[in-house]
Formats: sequence, structure tokens, C-alpha cells
Amino acid sequence: MKILVGIKRVVDYNVRVRVLPDGSGVDTDGVKMSVNPFDEIALEEALRIREAGNAEEVIVVSVGGDECQQQLRTGLAMGADRAIQIQTSESLQPLSLARAFLKVIEREQPGLVILGKQAIDDDNSQTAQMLAALWDRPQATFASKLVLNGDSAAVTREIDAGMETIEIDLPAVISVDLRLNEPRFVKLPDIMKAKRKPLDVISLDDLGVTVEGNVSVGHHAPPPQREKGIMVDDTAQLVQELKNRGLI
Amino acid sequence: MTEREIMEYDVIIVGAGPAGLSCAIRLKQQKPDLMVAVIEKSSEIGAHILSGAVIEPEPLDELLPGWRDDPPPVCIPVEKDEIWLLSQKGRTRLPTPPQQKNHGNFIVSLGAMCAWMATRAEALEVDIFPGYAASEIRFTDDGAVGGVIIGDMGVDKDGKPKDSYMQGIEIHAPITILSEGVRGHLSKQLIKNFELDKDSDPQTYGIGMKELWRVQPGKSQPGLVQHTAGWPLDSHTYGGSFIYHLDKDRIAIGFVCGLDYQDPEFMPFEAFQQMKNHPMVHAMLEGGEILSSGARAIVEGGYQSLPRTEMPGALIIGDSAGTLNIPKIKGTHQAMRCGMLAAEHIAATSTAVGFDTKLRESEVVRELYKVRNIRPAFYKGFWRGFIRAAIETITFGKLPMTLSIHADDSALKKLDGYTPPDRKWGECDLPPRDRLASVYFAATDHEEDQPVHLQILEPDICTSRCVEEYDNPCTRFCPAQVYEMVEEGAAKQLQINSANCVHCKTCDIKDPYQIINWVTPEGGSGPNYQNM
Repeated sequence: MKILVGIKRVVDYNVRVRVLPDGSGVDTDGVKMSVNPFDEIALEEALRIREAGNAEEVIVVSVGGDECQQQLRTGLAMGADRAIQIQTSESLQPLSLARAFLKVIEREQPGLVILGKQAIDDDNSQTAQMLAALWDRPQATFASKLVLNGDSAAVTREIDAGMETIEIDLPAVISVDLRLNEPRFVKLPDIMKAKRKPLDVISLDDLGVTVEGNVSVGHHAPPPQREKGIMVDDTAQLVQELKNRGLI
Repeated sequence: MTEREIMEYDVIIVGAGPAGLSCAIRLKQQKPDLMVAVIEKSSEIGAHILSGAVIEPEPLDELLPGWRDDPPPVCIPVEKDEIWLLSQKGRTRLPTPPQQKNHGNFIVSLGAMCAWMATRAEALEVDIFPGYAASEIRFTDDGAVGGVIIGDMGVDKDGKPKDSYMQGIEIHAPITILSEGVRGHLSKQLIKNFELDKDSDPQTYGIGMKELWRVQPGKSQPGLVQHTAGWPLDSHTYGGSFIYHLDKDRIAIGFVCGLDYQDPEFMPFEAFQQMKNHPMVHAMLEGGEILSSGARAIVEGGYQSLPRTEMPGALIIGDSAGTLNIPKIKGTHQAMRCGMLAAEHIAATSTAVGFDTKLRESEVVRELYKVRNIRPAFYKGFWRGFIRAAIETITFGKLPMTLSIHADDSALKKLDGYTPPDRKWGECDLPPRDRLASVYFAATDHEEDQPVHLQILEPDICTSRCVEEYDNPCTRFCPAQVYEMVEEGAAKQLQINSANCVHCKTCDIKDPYQIINWVTPEGGSGPNYQNM
């Protein structure tokens, strides 16, 4: 079985994201970029499945400009066997992204597609669901435990009411949640090995995917700043200050 | 414990700053077949680099001809120099000393420049590994340096392996280059082991803190370089500020003070905030937004404090050795030259032997010699230092005498019988509100469940002698509030918030008992500076 894993290049979780002064987007100048943390968990799970002997090959796929090759190389260094970059200079919305992934599925015929439950930059949480629908295969989202049983999988999902375990037939799309596993550290010699692993570049046009924008972004704005507080001497003053502000 | 995995290189370079990267690039230019690797503890190249920075471009011209056609991301030609002597509310323009004339120089983000240099090095097939800390030296059987050992990852706070445990590998190389920056923790050990400093004066340092601001449109004048002395420091504390005007409405502002300050109650971070409160500076920043902040020690000893820079199997270069030119307040050009010189030496001789002599005969040390008396001249206060500096400058340092450098850790006065000066510091209303708020802008990150990387060798001293003698100055000199004394019943306990650490090394330097030992945390930990 082949496993396909989606990798997105995102602003690192440690970075304090800032909106550009003109509101046209967020500032990525000199900002650290990383693999979306949920995608790392997806890849870790795929690698564990392969290491347990239940898959032969793990392929990491990313959609974007050549800079996303850096994140694909990280995936290869973690242990993926090969990588595919779907090259485009455009920023894709989930539906177009799912269509691009579907084309790769048609070429590679994987038994399992594992994606992060969402990307930490746009927080859409849509691609996995859309992909399953387009592919017409089962989906299990927000997975916190995954057990393969031959042609099916038992997936424990994190839902509002707690945990839910469902059984799905393979091939299927699984989106993973934070508690599924803890991704491994990359070993130094594996970074060198990753440089020699295959990384195929296919242009989005060659895949025959047309980019659609179903949503247009009007404006970006940071949350309003909290006003500076004052120190009060006693409860009487506190009550007075609250009254002055019309709060009580 | 299994045998460590081994990787072999011809040259292993510790630290991807200007010195290490210049060395790597030069090595591959001269000997493309050499296997060269650079190990860097920060999560990506440039993330632990903090500098002003105004740089002299000559070493870049030499290393990467044609770089001006494809310059680093932040690179603004200096248009104008100003030096101001500040009082609490006023200011006086001082003449610009020749060392501080910056015509032809560039304002850069040294972090961004290092990331840019790293891509040049990788194009020459240098293997660069960010996110891995060289935690120990590997010695060969005959006692020479034979490479480094990468720190284990996935170890819990008690030192036990976690599920994610990954043993660090050994990197073997006949030549190891230490370019860890100021007070490198491996360099520190090697200087001690091989007694490299036995013929030199003690090293002396400063602490530099920096913030990057986006100011209101029109307030930044790209290319303007401003320095200040005076307020909020008294004349016995060496230091001042820099204000570099960048493009895109950005201003890099920083404050430096000598770590040989004497007042045990002095607080460098708060002094920086006071400086920002000066009317001249306040007006510039008001209404702006802080983008990034951080701190890093600066090596100031120069010629007299330069240790021997070679030992069997290894060289120490750049700020780890101490090649910064303090009157110029510039180290980058010196570090780069030092890196290139090391590379040329290795390419020609394939050995560390003879490098120290070559360095001392080079432009790097000639430059340090000329200005050797300027820093120690300020031991007698600002004005005497100022006059002496002028004399030394006019005579090109040719006067036949050399002032000695004193150590920083013994500079603090004991509380007993010492009255701190009345500093008349006021309320500050510009962000960050305090040190913790500042750490937030350094985006520093350490896995909490790992061994504390600030080792206190004799913890009893902290709660006994130090309380009485110095009132725990670590709680004041650390710009990231790593050290706190917390009440525990009647007694005070030292609490180390190691996750806040921005890797500036001030504690390792200034602690009066020299019982704080800074070691590398898990690779990839620490600040994540952007454009610093």
C-alpha cells in the first residue's frame, strides 16, 4: 500500500503573526516558515504504519512555489520515500487544492491519504473533507487514534462530546488531530539522505487543474489592542471608576 | 546506551554566523573537494543572530564579488551619522569620531544577512545543519580536538529519555572551527582546557539589547545612523545606544552597556527602556509598533584580551575569540576577515598549526592594536575616556603603552557600604511593558520538559552569600527574566525560568561567583529572531 501525505508550508507556530500596515495580508518578510504541525503528525503516522509493515511507500505532496521544496525535504528527512511538488505561484483555496490532490491520487493509487486536520495559517479545515467527496471514498476526520485492519481502519475521532470510534473502508482520507502522535526528531544523517531522494515537480497546469477562487478576501486587520489599565487604591475607587465608564 | 552514529567531514564549523559562514564559503572557493559542514543551534540560520548592524562592506566584496547586485534582504547605504550626548531631557550633538564615520557602510539585518550567506554557502555544497546543537567537544586519543558531539534530543528534565528520544551523533573532523559567537560554551571550555588565555588579559563584555520597530510613516529616515551616550547611564558605566533608520518605516534601536558596571542594583534592560523614554527617542517611536526584540552579549576586550586562537585540531574565530572593534562598534567585518583567514590557512596547510601567528600578523589584529587603549580608558569615567580616546585616535594607537583590561565578574561592588546613585529614572509608557513582554517579541521557545540548560554549580551560594553580598544581581542583569528569587516560607529560593532564555550569555559572564554555567539546550531551542 502507498500512503499519500499532504505537507503545507506555513508561518512557524512560534512566529508572532503581524498584519501588513495596508491590510493586504500578513507579513512574511524574514519570517520563519515550517511544515504545518498537523501535517507533521500526519507524516509521522504514515511512517509508523510503514515501519509496522502495513505500507510500502510514503509519498509527501505539497502545492506551491519552489520554496515549499524545503518543507518537502524536511518530510523526506523524517523518512518519506519520495516527494511531489505541485508547482504553482498562486495561493490555492481548499476546493482547488482538493482537486489537485485528486489528480495525484489518480496517478499514484494510494491506499490511504493522511492530511493534517487544518493548516495553522488559514485554519480552513476543508481540504480533507472535500477531497474525500471528490474521490468518492470514506473520510475520518480529527483522528486521535488509528488502527489498520486489512482493508479497513478503526479511527478514533476527537468530537465535541468526547471520542468517537468509526470503522471505514480503505482507500480513505484521514485528517489527523494533535494527540495522534508526537512527531520524531530528524536525524542529521537523514538530512543528507533526503537530499538524494526523488522529488518530482509537476506544474498545476500539467495536472489539468484550473484554479478557482470561491472566496475573496476583503481585508486583514489585527485584533483591537487592549487599553492600558489603571491601578485603584480600594474598592470604593474601583466602583467609582466602573460607574464613570458606565459599566455598572 | 548504544554507540553513537558518526559522520565524517574534513572541516566542521560550529556556529553559522558571519565568521563561520565566511570560513565555509572561502574553504569551498579554494578547495571545492573539501567536505565542510556547519552546525547551528538555532532553528534556522539567522534566528540567533542579533546585531545593530552597520557593517563595512570590504570583506563582503572580497568574499562574494558582485554581491551588490544581489544584496541581502535588508541592506541600506548609510547616508548620515549623528552622535548625541543625552541628558535626561536634553541633548548635545558631539563631533563624530573618525572610527564612527559610516560613509560607504551599510545598515543590514545581520540575521537576514547570515541566512542570505547560508544560501551562498549551500550553493557551494557546504552542508548546513540548523536546529542541531554541538553540545560537547570530541577529543581524539592523543588529546586533540577531533570534532563535536551533537546533543541528544527528547530528554526529559531529569535527564531520562522520552518516547521521542534521539541520540545525538558524533561529527568527526581533523579540523574543528569554533565560531559560536560571544562566550561560546565550547570555546569557553577549550580556552580553559588548553590554557589559551594564559598570556592575555581577562575578556570583557557588554550586553546589547535591541528592538526592531515599525514607526509611523515619515519618522524613519532610511540611511540615518544615530548613536547616543550619556543618559540614562552615569559616567562610570560604559555604554550608549544605537538608532539605525531602515527602509519600510522601520527603525532598529538598541542599547549597549559594559558588563563591568559596578552597581549591584543596576538593571540593563530597564536602562534601555529609560533611554527610549528620552524625548528625542520617544518622539520617534510613539505610535509605532514593536516587531522583534532580543539581547546578546558583545565581546569588548579586543587586542589585550585576545586568547591564543589555535590548539591541536581546532581554531577559535570571530566573536568567540574576540575580534570586535569596540570604538567602531563593529564586529562583522572582523569576524568575516577572521573566517576567511582561517579558511585560507586550512586550504594552504591542512592544519590548525600556525593560524594564531597568521592572525596576529593580519589586518584583523592590526586593527585591534590601533584601538587597544580606548575601551580601558573609559574605566576612569566618560570624560577622561573621551579625551583619551581622542588622543589614541589622533596618534593611531602608536603611543608606547597598553592599558590592561579587567574582568567583568569581579567588577560589582558589594552592597555593604555601597550607595547606588540616584538614577532619577521615570515611568516608561512605550512597549514592551516589562522583560516578560519583551521575551514575547523574541519568540523564544524551549521545550519545557528538558534538562535546565543554566547550570548552577553551587546553588547554596544563591540563597546565602549572594543574597547578602549582592542581592542576587542575576534577577536584574538577565534581560529575559530567567532568574527569580521566590519566597518559600521564610527562605528565598532561586527559580530558573530557562524557557525564557534568549541565549545572550550575560549570566555566564556577569555572575560574581562564576557559578552559572550556560550550556546548549536541545537543538532548535531559543529565540526566533526575525530581521534582527
